[in-house]
Amino acid sequence: MADPAPIIRLRGVTKRYPGIVANDSIDMEFRQGEVHVLLGENGAGKSTLVSMLAGLQQPDEGVIEVEGVPTALSSPERALELGISTVFQHSMLVPTLTLAENAALGGRWWRNPDRRGHEARMAETAARIGVVLTPSALTGSLSLGERQQAEIVRALMRGARFLILDEATAMLTPHDAAGLGQLMRRLASEGVAVVFITHKLNEAIEYGDRVSVLRLGRKVGGIAPEEMRALTPRAATERIVHLMFGAQDAAVAAVAPPPVGADAPVVLECLALHVADATVPVSAINLTVAAAEILGIAGIDGNGQKELAEAIAGQRPISSGRIRLDGAFIDGLDVGGRRRAGLRYVTDDRLGEGTVGGFPVSINLLLKQIGDPPFWQGGIERPAKIDENARALVKAFDIRTPSIHTPAGKLSGGNIQKLLLARELTGSARAVIFAKPTYGLDLQNIAATRRRIREAAGRGCAAIVISTELDELLELAHRIAVMSQGRIVGVVPNDADARRRIGELMSGVAA
Amino acid sequence: MTTETTNLTSGGLPPRLRAALATAGLSLGPMIGAFVLSGLVLLLMKVNPFDYYGYVFQRGLLSPSGVQATLTRMGPLLLLAASLIVAFRAGLWNLGGDAQFLMGAVFVAAWAPLMVQHLPVWLVLVLSMLVSVVIGAIWGLLPAILRAYQGINEIITTLMMNFLGISLSSALVKLVFADPDTTVPQTRTLPVGDRLPVLFGSNVSSGLVIGLVVILAVHWMMTRTAFGLKLRVVGANPEAATHAGLSVPKLTLAVFAISAGLGGLAGAVAILGQYGNVRADWNPAYAFTIVPLVFLARFNGYAAIGYVFLFSALGIGSESAARRLDVPNYFTLVTVALLLVLLAVTERWAALRRARKGV
Amino acid sequence: MSGLFTDAFIIALLAGVVAATVPLLLAGLGEQISEKAGVLNIGIEGMMLMGAYGGFYVAWASGNLWLGFLGGGIGGMVVGALMALFCVRMGLNQIVVGIALTLGAEGVTALLHYEQFSRLYPRLSVMAPLPIPGLSQIPIVGPALFTREPVVYLAFALVPLFVWLFRRTQLGLMLQAAGDKPAALDTAGVSVLKIRTIAVLATGLLVGFGGAFLSIVAAGVFVPFMTHGNGFIGIVLAMLARGRPTWVMGGALVFGTCLSATTALQVAGVDVPTDIIQMLPFVAVMAVLLVAGRKARLPAALGAAYVRGER
Repeated sequence: MADPAPIIRLRGVTKRYPGIVANDSIDMEFRQGEVHVLLGENGAGKSTLVSMLAGLQQPDEGVIEVEGVPTALSSPERALELGISTVFQHSMLVPTLTLAENAALGGRWWRNPDRRGHEARMAETAARIGVVLTPSALTGSLSLGERQQAEIVRALMRGARFLILDEATAMLTPHDAAGLGQLMRRLASEGVAVVFITHKLNEAIEYGDRVSVLRLGRKVGGIAPEEMRALTPRAATERIVHLMFGAQDAAVAAVAPPPVGADAPVVLECLALHVADATVPVSAINLTVAAAEILGIAGIDGNGQKELAEAIAGQRPISSGRIRLDGAFIDGLDVGGRRRAGLRYVTDDRLGEGTVGGFPVSINLLLKQIGDPPFWQGGIERPAKIDENARALVKAFDIRTPSIHTPAGKLSGGNIQKLLLARELTGSARAVIFAKPTYGLDLQNIAATRRRIREAAGRGCAAIVISTELDELLELAHRIAVMSQGRIVGVVPNDADARRRIGELMSGVAA
Repeated sequence: MTTETTNLTSGGLPPRLRAALATAGLSLGPMIGAFVLSGLVLLLMKVNPFDYYGYVFQRGLLSPSGVQATLTRMGPLLLLAASLIVAFRAGLWNLGGDAQFLMGAVFVAAWAPLMVQHLPVWLVLVLSMLVSVVIGAIWGLLPAILRAYQGINEIITTLMMNFLGISLSSALVKLVFADPDTTVPQTRTLPVGDRLPVLFGSNVSSGLVIGLVVILAVHWMMTRTAFGLKLRVVGANPEAATHAGLSVPKLTLAVFAISAGLGGLAGAVAILGQYGNVRADWNPAYAFTIVPLVFLARFNGYAAIGYVFLFSALGIGSESAARRLDVPNYFTLVTVALLLVLLAVTERWAALRRARKGV
Repeated sequence: MSGLFTDAFIIALLAGVVAATVPLLLAGLGEQISEKAGVLNIGIEGMMLMGAYGGFYVAWASGNLWLGFLGGGIGGMVVGALMALFCVRMGLNQIVVGIALTLGAEGVTALLHYEQFSRLYPRLSVMAPLPIPGLSQIPIVGPALFTREPVVYLAFALVPLFVWLFRRTQLGLMLQAAGDKPAALDTAGVSVLKIRTIAVLATGLLVGFGGAFLSIVAAGVFVPFMTHGNGFIGIVLAMLARGRPTWVMGGALVFGTCLSATTALQVAGVDVPTDIIQMLPFVAVMAVLLVAGRKARLPAALGAAYVRGER
């Protein structure tokens, strides 16, 4: 570990945006053969730092040294020339081109992209780092995990010595995320400097050689490699939690789910539900959820969870089967009818379908009740009632917004989730489906969201929590169903043996 | 003029008044710029720009007959603007307004002169307008269905229906609805006495009132009613609309029906209030020109009234100027194009400035 | 009736089809480049008019028809440059700017024509045909298709050129990336704005040639508004072709056939109004869309300005 100079060193790097200092005189170094983890909550300044390293932004103050030489990373091209490659959270591959074509992209415009050559080199590079991919596959047909691996391979083909993985695991299934972690280790052992940005502590400790923690734009500390090796995972976690949240101890300790009486009445029932879909047909779903019960649905993303949730909510047509809420069939009702009956759906696609970004918070809070009295009378809006409702919900759910008239798209991810929770949990909710309720949130908002879910169940609602994070389900749910390829492959009670049995159910299909 | 119209939106509230004044300023600057630049073009043509614009505004805004012509022309234009506001706010690019206009016009021109011989005039006028709405809506049906149920981009389908409609209306005039009593290919003519009543003894057609009422109603509908909000949700984020339980296909059909129906009505008002008949190959291409105006009015009905007024006055004034000053009225196109580009640039610049301020 | 379908008549018919197809082909290919790169170029009607005027003016002033085509290309590119400046560089709404440029070009060309030619109405000389050895000897097809102005061959030669360009060059990949995932192109170290600017300028050049063909070869004069929606048909062709140059050619032939059929039928004594014939291709396309219900695949970022860092 005694190599001479770090490949990249930041000295007093500062970046300001209107109203905020995104990065405040950051000092940091990145070395070859090291996985350097950048940890921080949302808004801590990780993305800004990455965009400066990638050449997308320039620092207002301070110096970036590349191999000891102060260097202006003035453009993405320049960064690439220096061997700095970035793999973003959202895939940066063109979906309508093949992997090899994506790898070939760039260069003199009249050149032949040489598909064959790139396919061969891509396969070769992939094999070297233990990645399996088909270079001639159309990018759009691949999973996000596969696309990210392809992006890493492409970066190495271009001579990357410094690889930034920006929130690379955020969108991945646990399986793909673990695979990516191992790949990082292999890359480091090949001599690549890896920068891994995440807000997941366990990943940081598992894959990192060195950890730096950002908070409110400042580097508040870190763990050097020697220390990292010396610390037990538990001790390292404590150190990092302390750095990330300061004195405040953010206990992430699991709280035992509140007990459900055996005689609790059944609230939501799915009877032999089938949903036709080109990619993931959902078949033969039989589920019951009792009052005050939280049913977890575990499974790798893309195994029909979203389709099932949408079918129950009424957004997606059912091909056969029935749904019963409080004993009455609701499958004949539309989305609005099911909502009035007491069914609610908190979507995970918060910006895509959950809100209209350009519309004010007050309207987004009523998005599923447009035209309903008392907010609309005879189809005509009543602004006083709409605002009154918004003010009450903003207060009750602690939505941090400058005003109830602020466009919802300007809120942070955590506050948008609060907005959705406020919309779905008020009124006469009887059964609530939460789709990946904490995905993409920081720790504090994760805790707040989980508390809301427990409270909803505590009031007697039937809750379904769909999650790809097993720990979350083990913390929240009474029973956990495992979903695979559009089917429920088993339901287990959340007891001491649950983790093992769920693992078996999931891998039984995976293998 | 613009200050006055935008003041209407302010409702007397100071912050809104200030916003309205700022908007007016952002509109006035480009207008002055457009007149300066097109003045330079006039100089190149060896025409004194002051003479020209003096004459244009004198004819379009100050002379009694000019003002009356300007106001009369506004009727159909306002209806087209209303038609586009509904579509654009719902995120649908209806670029087929000219065909919808012509189809409405042709059927009304074919029908009304025959009917006035049998029915009371007021009834014919009302029925004609209803017919034009239905005809327009029918012409918008195909793009609507293709968009709603097949996801086919409406720009391409409305453009094609536009070509189809322009040709078809011309063919109808020549082959089906031609007036047997003239050799010129045109429809029968609605007698002047049987047209839409004029306002207060002037020559201004009451089509102006219809246009104003409709565009204000549309503005109110889009901003104050649940139905309008639903359309705006579909326009802003169709996935959110589906998630919220709105039927996007049905709303798409409704948008096209209203938008194309109003396009047809615009045609009827032009015929019933102004022209009285349709000649073969007639296509004033109003809708096409109104598209960018409506866009720059930010789909706001009040602002659209202002732009439509300006556009009508320019058109009327320059038609007179063409006869008097040897400047063909194509010149208006240059002025309007300059105005549009400068307005768009100013808008962009203002947005950038807002972004820099971090507002 | 039968006597009318003489060789001469069929030759004239085929020749008319070719003449009507070339401007549509150039407009469609031109629009296709912009659309591939993510720019919905509604301004091509204006580019075409400017090309028609520029082509005619230069050809008339220089007496050289080839220089005229150069002038047409430059005329189209001037409008293309404005489009690129406003829509690509400044990120203004592409539909608004496109319509504004079309209106402006209509006004400017009509005005220039009025100032310069409204009293003279000059006509250009006829471009000499270039018979292709061998092929031009084939009866009927030879004189109709292979004894044509050299620009006709060049226009059709663009189709394989574009197939090669899209499939076999970096530029093809870059255009597709600029339209489907501009951020990916940016991170690959290629400027999205540069690629889109090049695309829009190339559109201007090609569409300008198309306009020049109308004024120099097809008509021999410039008439205000002479493009008559050819540019808009180009937009339709490009959208339907889903990125394939060969489909643009097929579509241009279909529309070209219908546009030229009127005159041919009138010669044949069949009195069908122009309007009806001109409706046919649109009716056909709408019917196909209605029955097949095929989703016209368009680039994901079509119509959206690219701003680095916006997700």
